[in-house]
Amino acid sequence: MNFELSHEHEMIVASARAFVEQELYPYEEEVERDDRVRPELIEQIKQRAIAAGLYAAAMPEELGGGGLDNFSMTLLDRELGRANFALQYLVGRPSNILQACVGEQREKYLLPCIRGKKIDCLAMTEPNAGSDVRGMQCRAERDGNEYVINGTKHFISHADLADFVILFAATGVEDSARGPRKKITSFLVDKGAPGFTVRDGYRSVSHRGYHNCVLTFDDCRIPAANVLGEEHKGFEVANDWLGATRLQVAAMCLGRAERALDLCLEWAATRKQFGQTIGKFQGVSFKLADMRTQLEAAELLTLKVAWKSDQGTATDMDYAMAKLHATEMLATLSDEAIQIHGGMGLMSDLPLERIWRDARVERIWEGTSEIQRHIISRALLRPLEQR
Amino acid sequence: MKVLVGVKRVLDAYVKARVKPDGSGVVTDNVKMSMNPFDEIAVEQALRFKEAGQVEEIVAVSIGPAKSEETIRTALAMGADRGILVEADAEIEPLAVAKVFKALVEKEQPELVLLGKQAIDDDCNQTGQMLAALLGWAQGTFISKIELGDGNVTVTREVDGGLERAQIKTPAVVTVDLRLNEPRYASLPNIMKAKKKPVDKTTPAELGVDATPRITTLEVQEPPPRAAGVKVASVAELVDKLRNEARVIG
Ligand SMILES: Cc1cc2nc3c(=O)[nH]c(=O)nc-3n(C[C@H](O)[C@H](O)[C@H](O)COP(=O)(O)OP(=O)(O)OC[C@H]3O[C@@H](n4cnc5c(N)ncnc54)[C@H](O)[C@@H]3O)c2cc1C
Repeated sequence: MNFELSHEHEMIVASARAFVEQELYPYEEEVERDDRVRPELIEQIKQRAIAAGLYAAAMPEELGGGGLDNFSMTLLDRELGRANFALQYLVGRPSNILQACVGEQREKYLLPCIRGKKIDCLAMTEPNAGSDVRGMQCRAERDGNEYVINGTKHFISHADLADFVILFAATGVEDSARGPRKKITSFLVDKGAPGFTVRDGYRSVSHRGYHNCVLTFDDCRIPAANVLGEEHKGFEVANDWLGATRLQVAAMCLGRAERALDLCLEWAATRKQFGQTIGKFQGVSFKLADMRTQLEAAELLTLKVAWKSDQGTATDMDYAMAKLHATEMLATLSDEAIQIHGGMGLMSDLPLERIWRDARVERIWEGTSEIQRHIISRALLRPLEQR
Repeated sequence: MKVLVGVKRVLDAYVKARVKPDGSGVVTDNVKMSMNPFDEIAVEQALRFKEAGQVEEIVAVSIGPAKSEETIRTALAMGADRGILVEADAEIEPLAVAKVFKALVEKEQPELVLLGKQAIDDDCNQTGQMLAALLGWAQGTFISKIELGDGNVTVTREVDGGLERAQIKTPAVVTVDLRLNEPRYASLPNIMKAKKKPVDKTTPAELGVDATPRITTLEVQEPPPRAAGVKVASVAELVDKLRNEARVIG
């Protein structure tokens, strides 16, 4: 057993950190203020990320990606997580699920995404189907060599920037042990397909400059060749490829928490009240001790799951535990970080209020904390109940 | 042209150095070590020459414990072509380092040796000068600008009271200062390639160099803690204190 990073891992971390500090931090204030990333800046960051080899770093090398395994990718995501969300997003990490592309789909969707020529977004959630994804009402009906799609998706991240959507829609009903359930299929749908509209979504407390959208499909016709994976096997494709997304959420929480904690340590060691630095008050120093301990625990758990994921032994429960713990840790830590800074913590001069606001979404998307606990508890109890 | 670049493994610039309890040196176990920042600048300069088509091969050299191979790998990840690790466990002094470099220069026949102006651990600022003397080569030290010419290099030196421009003949030893450039971060593909690049290993003895220390360290001390500052009420009081207490103005 060895908990030390290899020199190669350390170099990845050092380069990622340098990239974040040199290419992303300088623009954070602007993006937080304007709630938008200028098109020239989008292009600049993308090009520099490509030059640094950080773009599509998780994609296989033979396809032009960085070929990083999940462990290295987790380290990279951790560093990227330090920056404003909209900016770090531009260091493109195309959805892994695109690796399920076959034949012409590869030329049209997968490879352009790896090269930074196209951007994907992924749509599961609907106004009436959030945690209960299988309850989705958006449906696709086969008509000859085409599918006809009808329905609405909402909360779809960066659909405004995307060139196409990885869409999940119901394609029928089947019987299961627990009664009838919807069959789901995954599709690749181009923006501009007739009947497909992308509208601005809601304004949210988190993520200045990074937006969610509402997608509507009104008799939208797409070629049958645009099924990703197999018909009716949409969730199987998702399960095969999207586990790492929860790992990514966990990893980014670690970076953000570390940045917040660094600021707290600096502040506690220099801010004076009642004639001494506030870190001398146990009320402050014990908070710091708890923050570091919780962050360390979340980091160990996340890196362990990343490692298991590379060994092919990570379970759904593993991903759920990493995501649950890291996101909850960040919520507590970012709140305490503001407390330690007092009023200054709430001011946008420091990145803390942003980290605190952005932390909120992490316990909701990619499966709420309750859903993660559901996954973990079912995995614990099911074997006992079946005895 | 071939360039030899020195890369020393030192205590990371952002780590607060701690003196060993017995005063025999600075704690280096379990603390972050990095490439000497001046050496990073030297590597960057070599890479810029290579990108401009003026240099064909960059060889990164480190003299020190086995772990110094990591420092070489960092240089390789930045873009250097190959490495030479001269393994030396004991404290190795500037003269011995200069002798090792001389032996490597005789073997490798570079036209330029790029070094940091000093290492941030011992701050000696001697190796480059000693090496130039041993080789009988021209030297340009503390440089903040450099241009390669035909059979010469033009350097801008950061000297007391200003800048000095000098043209020196090649082959030459050049030591670089802080303002020369901003070193790059290694790109991901180069990090991946670095592990496949060759690193030759040798020792001072194999190169015929006696690296036995000639200097004995008597004691290493923490710098005295800084005394608390005082607030002055007026400019007149400040001038008075600067003149009569601190004696920094006449
Ligand atoms: C900013 C943002 C961006 C997003 N981006 C995307 C995107 O790009 N693509 C996409 O498809 N989706 C996206 N989502 C949607 C996200 O995945 C959903 O918000 C999430 O799955 C929860 O669904 P919901 O919001 O409808 O909440 P609901 O499912 O309605 O949940 C409401 C509450 O009920 C609880 N609850 C529900 N079921 C259970 C249960 N069985 N046991 C215990 N508690 C339960 C939940 O935990 C929660 O507390 C995004 C969301 C946000 C906020």
